[in-house]
This record gives sequence, C-alpha cells and structure tokens, in this order.
Amino acid sequence: MKARVHVMLKNGVLDPQGEAVRHALGAIGFDGVEGVRQGKVIELDLAEGTSEETVKEMCEKLLANTVIESYTVELS
Amino acid sequence: MKAAVLQFPGSNCDRDMAVALEQAGADVTVVWHKDAELPKVDLVAVPGGFSFGDYLRCGAIAAQSPVCKGLIDHVHAGGYALGVCNGFQVLTETRLLPGALMRNAGLKFVCKSVGLKVETTDSAFTSAYTQGQIIDIPVAHHDGNYFCDDETLARLQGEGQIAFTYTDNPNGARADIAGVLSDNRRVLGMMPHPERAVDADHGGTDGQALFRSLLDQLVSA
Repeated sequence: MKARVHVMLKNGVLDPQGEAVRHALGAIGFDGVEGVRQGKVIELDLAEGTSEETVKEMCEKLLANTVIESYTVELS
Repeated sequence: MKAAVLQFPGSNCDRDMAVALEQAGADVTVVWHKDAELPKVDLVAVPGGFSFGDYLRCGAIAAQSPVCKGLIDHVHAGGYALGVCNGFQVLTETRLLPGALMRNAGLKFVCKSVGLKVETTDSAFTSAYTQGQIIDIPVAHHDGNYFCDDETLARLQGEGQIAFTYTDNPNGARADIAGVLSDNRRVLGMMPHPERAVDADHGGTDGQALFRSLLDQLVSA
C-alpha cells in the first residue's frame, strides 16, 4: 500500500519561496496570480495494513514540523 | 567545566566549537551522533553545519539521532546546552527550544558579520556581556528566519528569554530574534556563530564573552 503525505506551511506563516514563485509568474507574464504556497509531497511505500494513525505518528514525529507546518495523509 | 560537542554527518563547525570552548578553559569531548550515551558533562554544544545534508528540514533528522536522546535527557535533568546555527535548528526540532527556523525571507544564503544586541545578561551564556551591548558576530545560513506564534513571542518577551536580537535583520526573523533561551534559561540557541569570533586573527573576538560566561558560571556552579 502507499501513502501520500502533503506538508504545507500553516496559514499565517509567511512562505518566502511561494512569494518568490508568485513574483516569477508575474514577471513572465501570468497576471492575476494572487498567492502561491509551496509545500512538499512525500510518498511512502508501506507494508499492507499500516494504519492511518501510524502514518500520522510519522508526520508528528518527523515528516512535518507542526510548529510551522500542517499535513494531510492520503492512503491508497 | 566539562563539555561535549556533538558531531553529525555534515557538521562543519564542530572543531571550531571545540576550540572555542577549550580556549575558554573547558575540557571538551567530541561525541558521534550514534552514541546514545553522553559522557557526564556540564554543557552539550550542538555545532553548526548541514547535518544529514539538511534533508527534509534543517536539523530534523539529526534531532532523531541516538545522541539527541542523550541530549534531551541531559537537558531534562537540568543540564546546559548551546546550539549554534544548525545546532539551533536541531534544538528547535527536538522541541528543547520553542519556535522554528524557516528559509531566509530574502531566499539567499547570508554569510557576513552582523550586529547583535545583547537583550539579557541573565543567563549562563550572556553574563559576561553588558545589557544592551552591541557585538559583531558572523552569520552563515540559509534557514535562519526565526518563527514562533504570537503566544510564544509574548512569553519569550515577557520572561526575557530573547538572548540576542539583530541590529539589522538579515533573514526576516520574527522580532529580529537571533537567539533564544529555554524556560529554565539553561538552553541557548542562536543563528550567529560566537565560536567564529574568538580569535583576533579571524576578524573579531566578540564571541569570547559567551564562552567566558559559561566557564565563569559553570565552574562556580
């Protein structure tokens, strides 16, 4: 089974990289980009039967820093 | 004073830290990241560098290493710890210090000498400075933009846990914060490198007083 973890900076935490991407999009002619937030996607190959709780524990302990980041878990 | 300097794959200020501590008079042991047991020491120093290549987040993987379990036990037992640059990132990732260090607001690696204001002399790290003193210390980082939430910031300010602020903020850090102390004031994390400012031949000696403070306080303790 696979899990896909999305890690994003929390709302309210300034994302300097997202801002730079927004500026760059404007500079190459894409108007109307009002905001960009950049995060990461982590794909995990897991033993069958691994619970969502276990993946969340991985997020809490290592994959995300919950001081500044939020995460969502998709199992498939 | 006995001190341990931790060493991770990718640490690059470990030797400088050991030299700065030794010059101040400390007895220093360098400890490899796989050692779960720390020698009995007064101070654990977590040096700068790029532990584990800064993969995932700066300091995140080092924070899970066996030696950091020893570090956490040491701090929970009332021991002293100093984290500089990547070491500061490790201390926030272990949650021994509040907040987090994010990508510099200007997105560029910043490598220069900066002015710091000594915000408190009430710690074993800063007692040899004077309150409000402006010192020159080098910074060299890509992720030194200190962030904490409003509640944490109010607590840091209220309890005098901000050790140093930048006179000219190089990285977007919240409230110009360059270094913070733990609740019990025995853990200091800072982005600037005091260990790179202990020798006149290297451009300045404003970092010496930090190591002198530690030696004064921890020898007499």
